[in-house]
Amino acid sequence: MMNTLSEASAIILSEPRANKRQWQADIAHVIFFISAMIGVISVLTIGWFVFKEGLPAFQQAGITQLVLGKEWLPPALFGIAPMIVTSLISTLGAVIISVPVAILSAVFLAELAPKWLANIVRPAVELLAGIPSVVYGFFGLVIIVPMIESAFGLPAGNTILAGIIVLAVMILPTVITISETSIRALPRTYKEAAFALGASHIYTIFKVLLPSARSGIYTAISLGIARAIGETMAIIMVMGNAPAMPGSLLEPARTLTANIAMEMSYATGIHASALYSTGIVLLVFIMLLNLSLLYLNNKRA
Amino acid sequence: MMKSNLHKDQLLSAAIWASASLTILFLVWIMWHILSNGLSHVSWEFITGAYTRIGEASGIWAMIVSTVYMVLLSLSIASPIAIMTAIYLTEYAKPGSQIVKVIRFCTESLAGIPSIVYGLFGMTFFVTILGLGFSILSGGLTLAMLILPVIIRTTEEALMAVPNSYREGGYALGASKIYTIWRLILPSAMPGIITSIILSTGRVIGESAPVFLTAGMVTQIPQSVLDSGRTLTVHLYKLTQELFTQAEWDQAYATASILILLVLVLNLITKIIATRYNKAVK
Repeated sequence: MMNTLSEASAIILSEPRANKRQWQADIAHVIFFISAMIGVISVLTIGWFVFKEGLPAFQQAGITQLVLGKEWLPPALFGIAPMIVTSLISTLGAVIISVPVAILSAVFLAELAPKWLANIVRPAVELLAGIPSVVYGFFGLVIIVPMIESAFGLPAGNTILAGIIVLAVMILPTVITISETSIRALPRTYKEAAFALGASHIYTIFKVLLPSARSGIYTAISLGIARAIGETMAIIMVMGNAPAMPGSLLEPARTLTANIAMEMSYATGIHASALYSTGIVLLVFIMLLNLSLLYLNNKRA
Repeated sequence: MMKSNLHKDQLLSAAIWASASLTILFLVWIMWHILSNGLSHVSWEFITGAYTRIGEASGIWAMIVSTVYMVLLSLSIASPIAIMTAIYLTEYAKPGSQIVKVIRFCTESLAGIPSIVYGLFGMTFFVTILGLGFSILSGGLTLAMLILPVIIRTTEEALMAVPNSYREGGYALGASKIYTIWRLILPSAMPGIITSIILSTGRVIGESAPVFLTAGMVTQIPQSVLDSGRTLTVHLYKLTQELFTQAEWDQAYATASILILLVLVLNLITKIIATRYNKAVK
């Protein structure tokens, strides 16, 4: 035994082989490192490109003209204020409708639902998270848009309201799944302690479990917001896409994302640059969203 | 006091049940509406037929082929890079070091970029600057960037779940680091890695905005990766733009049904892998 062991170590440690192995290990290390840098390079390239291509429009129109301008008439005027307002309103509307329903549904799945029911509903919710956005857009187009048309007596139901409803349904599964996971991840002792103190189940849910799962729920909401503000095709299909400043929720409007998708395929020169600057504004919103999530979660810790 | 609390509890509990019912109602409504109108028009002829703009006998075979190409191409570009990145992060880099922070920050930022911005980038960079044109290759490269962070994160989690004793055992037997990773760590993380690849498949199938900006919308079967192709989601979008005849409505519903069925199958596969794996662990 002793003999074979020392023999083995002698073979492993013998100079030429050790060198060869070291050499192989170094190569592997370098390859893995290069792969890891591809993600870094990708994000830098995308960022650099979007800013470089968007710059001419900012230079020509000026940052205030672009961000606060209300007229979108490329290649003369590049005011994207209507798109900014539409993106913010539709996202906000979707969040206001969807988040309370989603969090309560997550509570239902994690706490109240009988096991058999939760085992049916949970996979169904996960399935809905995976359904392509064009399918939601199609559903919105054939169901929600005609409903709005007849309910409000409009000539066309392609409105911000239709977009809000479709987005609200779309972000539901995202917010439910992540909120439920974070509620389930809480230690059992939280609940047991609350019960031991005589608290009711509902009281425990709202005063102990939800506050403790706060950081996961914030993450769920921010992912929902990101999905809503970044959504493109479903919005194009139900919102009418008129690039004017909307006067009410019952008017057609165009989001930042729709602006890019609708015009990119034929835009050239300064017009294309204006679409890139639309992308920059979109990225700024995503950055602000992530920063506020970071702030909320750090404040707690 | 006691009584008012009881009322409040009942009220909140009713709100929870109502919310859950609303969620379930919407889920059932969407699925039922699309499948009940679409499944009856999904036939063998529809799946394998060629697309004709007008007429009853219109199929989606070209879109299925384009979608499959897109999935295979983007996965074969993204998954090796993503898996190697995850290996670097978990097995090589010092945990918490500066470089790990930079890589993680960048991949997370990549995950946060809206897909339309990928389309914008892909159209300028791959289509125009690299001269790949509107092609499956441009689309595949764009989508590969988009799914990279998804595979990195889930693979990283799967690798971290591998007990340290595996690594120690491998080294104690005199195995090299790369051998230990290849023969011990990767195989035990495999279910997690496969799940992440299936998740990305769903993501590739579901994307539409970055796809039509980079791969175009030609309704013919692509002969090579340099040909343009229309994926199923882009096809559904184009169909909804011109819904006039009953045949066009039927096509749209049938295409939407096929997309839902695809997602359903992918979800079932991940469920089967997860239950098998959990059984094996127990």
